Amino acid sequence: MEASSALELILTGDATLFAIVRLSLLVTLSATFFAALIGLPLGAIVALTNFPGRHAVIVVLNGLMGLPPVVVGLLVFLLLSRSGPLGPLGLLFTPTAMVIAQTVLITPIIAALSRQVIEDLWTEYREELMAMEVGPLTRVKTLLWDARYSLVTILLAGFGRAAAEVGAVMIVGGNIENFTRVMTTTIALETSKGNLPLAIGLGMVLITLIIFVNALAWAVRRWSEAHAG
Amino acid sequence: MLDRTAHNVAIGAGVVGSDLPIRLTGVDYRAGTVSILCGIDLEISAGLPTVLLGPNGSGKTTLLKLVMGLIAPTAGTITYNGRERPTPGSRAFVFQKPMMLRRSVAANVAYALKAAGRRPDRLEIARLLAEVGLAGMEDRPARKLSGGEQQRLALARALAREPEVLFLDEPTASLDPASTKAVEDIVARVARSGVKIVMTTHDLGQARRLASEVVFLAKGRLIERAPAEAFFTQPATDEARRFVAGELVL
Repeated sequence: MEASSALELILTGDATLFAIVRLSLLVTLSATFFAALIGLPLGAIVALTNFPGRHAVIVVLNGLMGLPPVVVGLLVFLLLSRSGPLGPLGLLFTPTAMVIAQTVLITPIIAALSRQVIEDLWTEYREELMAMEVGPLTRVKTLLWDARYSLVTILLAGFGRAAAEVGAVMIVGGNIENFTRVMTTTIALETSKGNLPLAIGLGMVLITLIIFVNALAWAVRRWSEAHAG
Repeated sequence: MLDRTAHNVAIGAGVVGSDLPIRLTGVDYRAGTVSILCGIDLEISAGLPTVLLGPNGSGKTTLLKLVMGLIAPTAGTITYNGRERPTPGSRAFVFQKPMMLRRSVAANVAYALKAAGRRPDRLEIARLLAEVGLAGMEDRPARKLSGGEQQRLALARALAREPEVLFLDEPTASLDPASTKAVEDIVARVARSGVKIVMTTHDLGQARRLASEVVFLAKGRLIERAPAEAFFTQPATDEARRFVAGELVL
């Protein structure tokens, strides 16, 4: 019964449901964009440079891949709360705060995985690029370009992780109706209220989205194997 | 080291602007506690192909990488026409297992042209590919080529640099006879065009076909250096005699 009602909400284009989906996508895509902006160069730098404490940085980056979302939410909350260092910006309980929290959550994932991919590729390319007398900046560009399909897969993994998390956005967004309510927080709230059709409908959309993202990652990899080797 | 090359008397006779002769003096290379090369004195002069010959593990590849500047000697000096640093873009290297960029055949050549500071012109790419027998394969993914085709593409990338010296590290080691012949024909043609070829091989037949001069290495030491004909007909050292006779030189 609830499932058919949920399906009806989706098929009839329920405004509430799609507003929530829209906000979720906006927040998560923004977070993925900013995490890529930070994580990809960070991964490349750690992969291609030698500096004191490099191994410690790698261990920390790898460890941070398993950051619990609620802990990230708590940290960002403390930063953005009125008494926190960024309190005067007034960002707490806004979509911006949610973007920040998700960015913090997935940046280590993107940085750690891209570091591994770029380092492996560098091992393969090192001597050949040295023999071609390619400069450091061109090396980085070459590695990022040649690892592009793997990096896209990593970004999609980051997107999936951000889209599915609930703890961080709940804490820093406050789950305010028509403002900071996203799919995961709505599912948690509506389930506790007993409003199952909306919760199930959003669950269906979320699962479809995650499957779509994974299918896209798979297709990208297949295409790259066929066309770029 | 026994040295019987005629042009060794012309030490220091380099052409201005050239990287040749390349001179190694007392060069050692160690990897940790293991000595790979020991006391190498060698001069590589302009002219026909020099082949570094020797059994596996004799230090041929390490010597080639040292001369190319990919690794630094543990001791000793390497000079390029009297200079400590070679001229950028004057040398090219083809590896035993060349790395193919994850792009098309044409994009691989374009990359090499750009890296050499040349314009990745379509006609030039087509000319280079035709030179190595890969005409019409511009759009193929480089990593999908056969081993022989990849080696020829690596040669095209190397030639895109218009090198004065072309280093080849066992370029046909894992190729079938047909592919080997194709690569050897290109190497011979490039050598005739005036590019100095320095290549390693442990294949006696290949050395006979391509070498003008042979530098024989064993156990990290330079054992003998001689014009190819003299080396194969009258090797002067016991190690070289055994190697030419097909015996195991351990």
